[in-house]
Amino acid sequence: MLHYLDKAMPTPKPTRRTFLKLSAGAVGGLLIGTMMPRTAVAAGGDMLATPYVHVTPDNRVIVLSKHLDKGQGAATGLATLVAEELDAAPEQVEATHAPSNPEVYTNFLFGVQGTGGSTAIANSFDQYRQAGATARAMLVQAAAAEWSVPAGDITIAGGVIRGGGNEATLGEMSSAAAAQTPPAEVMLKTPDQWVYIGKEFPRVEIPLKTRGSVGLFGMDNQPEGALVAMTARPPRFGATLASMDATDALAMDGVAAVLQIPQGAVVVANNTWTAMQAREALVLDWEEGSGETRGTDTLLAEFRAKLDETGLPSSPRGDAAGKLAAAAQVIEAEYVFPFLAHATMEPLDMTILYDGSSATLWGGSQIQTIDHGTVAGVLGLEFPQVAINTNWGGGSFGRRATPDAHLAAETAMIGKAWLDAGNEARPIKLVYSREDDIRGGYYRPLAVHRVRAGLDAEGNISGWEHRVVSQSIFTGTGFESFVVHDGVDHSTVEGVSDTTYAIPDMHVDVHHPPVGVPVLWWRSVGHTHTAYVMETMMDELAQAAGRDPVEFRLAYLGDDPRLAGVLQLAAEKAGPAGPEGTHRGIAVHKSFNSYVAEIADVRIREDGTVKVEKVTCGVDCGIQVNPDNIVAQVEGGLGYGLSAILREEITMTDGEVDQSNYPDYTPLRITDMPEVEVHMVASTEAPTGIGEPATPPIGPAVANAVFAATDTRVRELPFTKHGLA
Amino acid sequence: MTKFTLNGEMREVDADPDMPLLWLLRDELKMTGTKFGCGVASCGACTVHIDGYATRSCQTFVGDLEGAEITTIEAVASPEAQAIQAAWVELQVPQCGYCQSGQIMSASALLAETPKPTDEDIDAAMEGNLCRCATYARIRRAIHRAAEMLEA
Repeated sequence: MLHYLDKAMPTPKPTRRTFLKLSAGAVGGLLIGTMMPRTAVAAGGDMLATPYVHVTPDNRVIVLSKHLDKGQGAATGLATLVAEELDAAPEQVEATHAPSNPEVYTNFLFGVQGTGGSTAIANSFDQYRQAGATARAMLVQAAAAEWSVPAGDITIAGGVIRGGGNEATLGEMSSAAAAQTPPAEVMLKTPDQWVYIGKEFPRVEIPLKTRGSVGLFGMDNQPEGALVAMTARPPRFGATLASMDATDALAMDGVAAVLQIPQGAVVVANNTWTAMQAREALVLDWEEGSGETRGTDTLLAEFRAKLDETGLPSSPRGDAAGKLAAAAQVIEAEYVFPFLAHATMEPLDMTILYDGSSATLWGGSQIQTIDHGTVAGVLGLEFPQVAINTNWGGGSFGRRATPDAHLAAETAMIGKAWLDAGNEARPIKLVYSREDDIRGGYYRPLAVHRVRAGLDAEGNISGWEHRVVSQSIFTGTGFESFVVHDGVDHSTVEGVSDTTYAIPDMHVDVHHPPVGVPVLWWRSVGHTHTAYVMETMMDELAQAAGRDPVEFRLAYLGDDPRLAGVLQLAAEKAGPAGPEGTHRGIAVHKSFNSYVAEIADVRIREDGTVKVEKVTCGVDCGIQVNPDNIVAQVEGGLGYGLSAILREEITMTDGEVDQSNYPDYTPLRITDMPEVEVHMVASTEAPTGIGEPATPPIGPAVANAVFAATDTRVRELPFTKHGLA
Repeated sequence: MTKFTLNGEMREVDADPDMPLLWLLRDELKMTGTKFGCGVASCGACTVHIDGYATRSCQTFVGDLEGAEITTIEAVASPEAQAIQAAWVELQVPQCGYCQSGQIMSASALLAETPKPTDEDIDAAMEGNLCRCATYARIRRAIHRAAEMLEA
C-alpha cells in the first residue's frame, strides 16, 4: 500500500522554525474551516483557534492531540503542556484528536502523522508548550488592548486573566484574542515556574470512561444509517477466496449485501448480530496459492536449524570467538519466544462513508498519514478528498499502527465494493470479532536466540556470541530505511547489539527467515525478547561467577550511569528481601531512551505455579510531565509483559491458528497482578517514553526469581509449558 | 414481544429471542456504554446488572429477559456505583478504558453484596473482567477506597 503514499502524501519536514511559522500563520479565524474537527466547531462563536488548542467563548480549552491516545495518556500529556503555558485551569481543559493532516501534525520522529515507539511526549514537549504560550500571548494582547493596560501588567493564573483591576476568564477574552496577531516568538516558562508539569494533572477523559465512554471509541460509532460489515478471511495467511455461495446469507433478514474483496467475503448487514450470523452462513472455498501452510512446530524446527548457520552481523566488536575459546567457563543457552497477539480489549473496527468523490473515515487510526494515503489510493481520490476522524483507541500496544494500513485498506475496499454494486452511499462500519482479532495475524514474531557467554577465572565476562532467528518486522514497510541496515532489522536485536553493558568482545548475528505470517511491533518490539535473554544471561553469569546480581551488573554499567541509577534505586527501595516465602529476581533494561529496573518478589504456589507478589521499580524517563500517569504506565506495562510470559502464545497447525478467543489466548487477570511500587529518578533531562519501557524487564526479573526458587532456568515461553502458570 | 425494565423504564421489544442482550443494547437501542469484547462471556466488558447481579450481556438472550430488571453503565446510580465511579476517578484507574464499563458494573455489584470486601472477595468477583492495560492494582485499591467512602 505504501506506493500510494508517494503520490498522495505531502512530505513536510517541520523544524522548530517552521513550527513557529505554521503555528503563527494558522492562529486566528482564518484557517478554522480547514483545520478544525467538527466536535470543536460545535462550540460555535468566535473562538481563539490554533491548530493545537481552541479556547472557546464558553471557557473551554480544547487541546487537539496529534497523537492517538489508546490508553497511555498522550492526550492528557499534551493537554498538560498546553495548560502549563496557557495557565488554564485543569477543570476547563479537554482533549480531542487532531484531524489527519501531515503538514501540521507530523510526528517529527516518523515524518508522518503517527503515534508509537513511546514518542508522544518526547516529540511534542516543545511543540505543545509553544502552542500554549502562543495562545496565552494572544489572550494577554487582547486583554491589554481591551483594558488599556500594558501587556506586562497582565497576569494569567488558573484560567483567570487579571490586570489593572480587571478580571476575565480565558473564554471571555477568546473572541478578542482571535483578532490579535500571533507573536513571532514566545517565551516558555522555566521548570521552576511549572504548576502542572511534574505535578498533578488528572487524565482529561477519565470521568467519561467511568460512565460508558460515550463517543470515544470507534466500535461505538453509529452514524445515521450506518451498516455493519464483517469479513470472512481465509483460514491460512496468504490464501484467497476461490468461490462463494452466499444464498443462505442473503436470504437472512437484515443482510444488505455480500461483497467480494481481495481480503475475502464481506457481509454487510443492518446490525452486528446479523452480520455475525450471516457470515457463518456463507459457503466459502479458499485457494491456498502461496499461503503459509507451515505450523509453528515446523517453523520452530527450521528456526533452530538456522542457529547453526552464521547470520548477518550486527555491530560486531572485539574478538568474541577468541575470548570464548580462552574462557574459564562458557554458558550456552537457547531461548524460544512464541508469536504473541496484542488482543486489545476493543477489537479492530473502522467506519467509512464513501460517495464516489470523497470519503470520511472514523476509527482509532494510529498512523493517520499512511491510513489516509492508502484510502485515497484505494479509492482513486486525492489526499484532500479523504478525511480521517481519529477515535480514542481501546488499547493498541502496537496493533493499530499498521505500516501496510491493512484495516484502512479493507475498509476502503468495502466502501468501494458497496458503491460499485450500485448501492447508495451509506456509512459502513467494519467490525472484527474477537476471533478475527486473535486469528488475524500481525503478531509479535516468533524468535529463537542462542547465546554463548564466557567468564574468565576472575568471574568477569569474557566473550559473548549471540544469534537471533526471527522474522523482520520492518522489511517491506515504509519505515524500512530507518531500521533495516545491511539486511539486519535492528528491531530484532535492539537491546542486544546496542547493549550499554561494557562487553568489549561481542558478536551478534541475525537470520530473518521469510514466513508468510503478518508480524508487527508488540509493546516494546524487539525488547520483548532481547531483554529476557540479556537479563537472564546476566543473572546466570553472576550466579556462575558467585557474584551478587546487582553488583555484577553495576560492574558493567560504568558507561551508562542512568541505567545504573535506576538499578541502584530499585535495589535500595526493595530492601534486602521480599515478603516471607518469596524469592527475588532482578532485571534492568533501557528501551525507547528510558531506563527501568524491576525487582520481582515471587512465591511458588502449592501447585507449583508462580505468583508474583511484588515488583519494585526504578524509573528514569527524564522530565516527568504526568508523574501519576508514569506510575500507571509502569504498572500496566509490566502487567502486559507478565501476561505474555505466563500464558500467552499463538501456535499454528499446518498454517491455521490454533487459538481463537480469550478462553484459549489467556491474558493476565486480577488474580495474577502483583503489587507494584514505582520509584522515579528526579531528572532535568528531556522527557522520554514510558508506554513501553516497563514491559521488557518484568519477564527476566520473574524468570530470575523462579530460578532462585526452583533452580530452573525458563528459556522457552510461556511459563505454561513448564507447569509454572 | 419481550417486556422488561431497562434503567428504570418499562420496555417492550420485538427482537429475535436468540439475539444477545449486548447487541440489543448496542445496535438496536443505541446504548453503546456496554462494550463488546469477546462474545463468549470470557472478558466481562459487556457486564450489566440483571436483578442486581453482574451478568454478561453477550450470553444473555432477549428471549430470557421477560420481567427482568436491567441496569447498564449509562444509568447505574446506586450508592455503591457512585462510590465506585468516584474512586475510579480519584485513583485514576482507567487507561484505554474499554473494559471499564464492565469493571465498574462488576465492582458495584460486589459492593452491594459485600460492603467490606477482602482481597479474596475482590479476586472472586473481578476475575471474570479482563483488562489488557492491566489496571488491576488500581481496580483493587479503588474497590477498597469505595468501600471506605460508603462506610463514612
